[in-house]
Amino acid sequence: MRIESKDQFDALRTEAKKLEDSHKRKILVCCGTGCLATGAKEVAESFAKEIEERGLDVEVGLGVKSTGCHGFCERGPLVVFQPEGLLYTKVQAKRVPEIIEKTILGEELIPGLLYKNPADNERIPAYEEIPFYKNQVRVAMRNIGRIDPTDLMDAIAHDAYTGVAKALFEMTPDEVLDEVEVSGQRGRGGAGFYTARKWRSCKAAPGDRRFVLCNGDEGDPGAFKDRSIMEGDPHSVLEGMIIGACALGAHEGFIYVRDEYPLAVVNLQVAIVEARKLGLLGENIMGSGFDFDIQISRGGGAFVCGESSALMRSLAGKTGEPRAKYVHSTEKGLFDLPTVLNNVETWAGIGAIIHHGGAWFAAMGTKKSKGTKAFSLVGKVKNTGLIELPMGTTLRHIIFDIGGGVLKDRPFKAVQTGGPSGGCIPEDLLDLPVDYEKLTEAGSMMGSGGMIVMDDRTCMVDVARYFLGFLTEESCGKCTPCREGLKQMLAIYDALIEGRGREGDIEKIEALANGMQLGSLCELGKSAPNPVLSTLKYFRSEYEAHIRDRACPAGICRELTAFEIMDDCDGCHVCFKACPTEAIEGTIKELHVIHQDLCISCGACLDVCPTDSIRTLPKIELASREVV
Amino acid sequence: MPTLRVNGRKVTVEEDVYLLEACRAAGAEVPTLCNFDGLEPWGGCRLCVVDMSLAKWDDDWFKMVTACNHPVEEGMTVITDSERVLATRRVVLDLLLARCPETPLIQQLAREQGIEETSYELNPEPTDCILCGLCTRVCDHIGVSAIASTDRGWGREIAPPFNEPPPDCIGCLACAEICPTDHIKFTNSNIRRTIWGKEFEMLRDPKTGEAVITRAQAEHFAARSGVPKSYFETSDKSKRLELAKTFEKLQVVK
Repeated sequence: MRIESKDQFDALRTEAKKLEDSHKRKILVCCGTGCLATGAKEVAESFAKEIEERGLDVEVGLGVKSTGCHGFCERGPLVVFQPEGLLYTKVQAKRVPEIIEKTILGEELIPGLLYKNPADNERIPAYEEIPFYKNQVRVAMRNIGRIDPTDLMDAIAHDAYTGVAKALFEMTPDEVLDEVEVSGQRGRGGAGFYTARKWRSCKAAPGDRRFVLCNGDEGDPGAFKDRSIMEGDPHSVLEGMIIGACALGAHEGFIYVRDEYPLAVVNLQVAIVEARKLGLLGENIMGSGFDFDIQISRGGGAFVCGESSALMRSLAGKTGEPRAKYVHSTEKGLFDLPTVLNNVETWAGIGAIIHHGGAWFAAMGTKKSKGTKAFSLVGKVKNTGLIELPMGTTLRHIIFDIGGGVLKDRPFKAVQTGGPSGGCIPEDLLDLPVDYEKLTEAGSMMGSGGMIVMDDRTCMVDVARYFLGFLTEESCGKCTPCREGLKQMLAIYDALIEGRGREGDIEKIEALANGMQLGSLCELGKSAPNPVLSTLKYFRSEYEAHIRDRACPAGICRELTAFEIMDDCDGCHVCFKACPTEAIEGTIKELHVIHQDLCISCGACLDVCPTDSIRTLPKIELASREVV
Repeated sequence: MPTLRVNGRKVTVEEDVYLLEACRAAGAEVPTLCNFDGLEPWGGCRLCVVDMSLAKWDDDWFKMVTACNHPVEEGMTVITDSERVLATRRVVLDLLLARCPETPLIQQLAREQGIEETSYELNPEPTDCILCGLCTRVCDHIGVSAIASTDRGWGREIAPPFNEPPPDCIGCLACAEICPTDHIKFTNSNIRRTIWGKEFEMLRDPKTGEAVITRAQAEHFAARSGVPKSYFETSDKSKRLELAKTFEKLQVVK
């Protein structure tokens, strides 16, 4: 069947909703990458098997659905029961018969599978009541976790493509542009350029042929929001691109996805094929006379290919290297033709903006940053996962209310936002409302929405070194400041963490960082010094300690740190078992000691000690004690 | 034709040129390593950074851009020696000197910026290659693309495919001749030439006997231009002799 008119689409939507409602009860199994890794596929299969064997689909109208990422990856595999809105966490396939028996047929909860709130150890059955979900507002991720990403009818039942129908039949291309402008949406890839302004600039460029591209080359360590959107709701991306193409008068679109996201590639491909079959994509979309088709291009996984000009070169079959953007890609982009490139999350939001209106979107967020933003919350935080919140939410709310606070209730030290080119934000800025401007002012950036929470067992010099190491690997090497500068910067940091730091190193770092910011060709090099400068700004004393005292205050840098067991050790023997080099000696219930000559300063003992009886001290202090 | 102000001096240039040309027209010295007249600007070495302000911007707002590939615009103001421009150039040269400590050209440019010794860690394997990309770009320009940059970041190198003698190379030596640091090595004799580990047969001028061009290059040029191969085999000396003969004939007629 092919949809030939808006009436037919509306009829199909009604039918899809009816189909959806035919299952009175539903089991939604999260099949995002995180949950798949912990056995979600088997869980979904067992449910399907049980339902079939017991004939529950007919008897109680029970259906099972493999959905995209629910976001709460920490607790996977996740299973949601509807209409009750009940959430089971860490579900294993072997417990499926029990769940069917007790929860589905017996209406009885299994307490062990319910979410336990770390704040008060209370079990919370309802999905909506869990702080992690309660505080979220989902726009770009509106259907993720609710639909089966490979089932187009399911997506249509959840309002997919209504924005396309509206844009094609009820609005002119200029009205679509106006609506996006009213929404105030800004690019979700990190730079935060106004979507409508980008589109207008492309539309004003001369020429008949133009392209609409989607940037799915998310490569920041710790970020996975685009991945989850492409995997969990590929139709939202297609819908946004079709609407964008309609506004711009483009007929060709490409989605650039990194090949490391195999599930995203498959689900997007399935979505494209299904949408084409129904006439939602391709020639004469919904009988409107508008043609637009999308192809997938798989990237090789170079971080720099997330940069727009490098992405376009890579898409055109050339080496993925950036070029100077003095002439914007909206005028001369892919194949030197006018091109609009937006991030996955940006496109995913467009459908909702057209469906609900720009004003609805603009009502959320702050003055200059409208709407909601997806974040990947990771690191030393209790509830790791994927969240979407209105712009302007404070970091404290994100980390402590939604994230549940720092793991093991250790002291909070900093949060790193914006990926490798972002910066570290210290505790006294926790009440910062998160939007583009505020993060930039704090020396960080929005980036792709990665948030890495760090506790007191984090050395900020080491953190900066980690990101420098990543960027050194990922620099394309075209321009001198980035290629040579990153390597030299890394050399200075290696010296710092190994105790070879010298007076004047901080000034040298600052001068080099300045040269890289001003001199580099693309944003990778220009923003590469961000982790360096932000840690220097907020944690300068740690740098000074590394240089002057040959000490790592956080007790992380191995060359500088020694470990020592204090007198209040109760001899539980846990550290003995944890030590990888057998450097700990002691019998049960007696004071243990660390043999410094065998110790490699890995910190495994400190992490496991239940009585906090192990402390770190600078190696230099230990050495001076031995001399005395 | 747009008029710009470079270091306070008014200069008028053609519509479609880049800032570097305007700077030079105004007599301002802007160093560059990766730019070459006749090749598309690349913007890789970052030595030619300048401060630029568009007419519509606030007077004190300047943006740092590379002069080699930034288009000129009416009313632009350019400063080629602001403090931050010089500081950035110094960082770039300091970094290049750490990479190529033994390369005379880099030593000289660094010295011009007041750098005698690099402040960074010396490259344990000094090289003359500054990765300016001129060789690969000229090779692309000729339509051969026998060599390319491989790997990325610090590991970037200019190399033929798989580091083996490049099958597409025509031995024209354009890469070696354009190389600003003479990093690309070759050997030349009256019979053969070697470059990138590949050996080429030289065609000799039928009259003077001197080696003129590699067979591969003559065939490549003949195929692309439609000019007979024999034209490329003729040496300059031979062509001059031919021309001289014409003059002799003219005298006879007189």
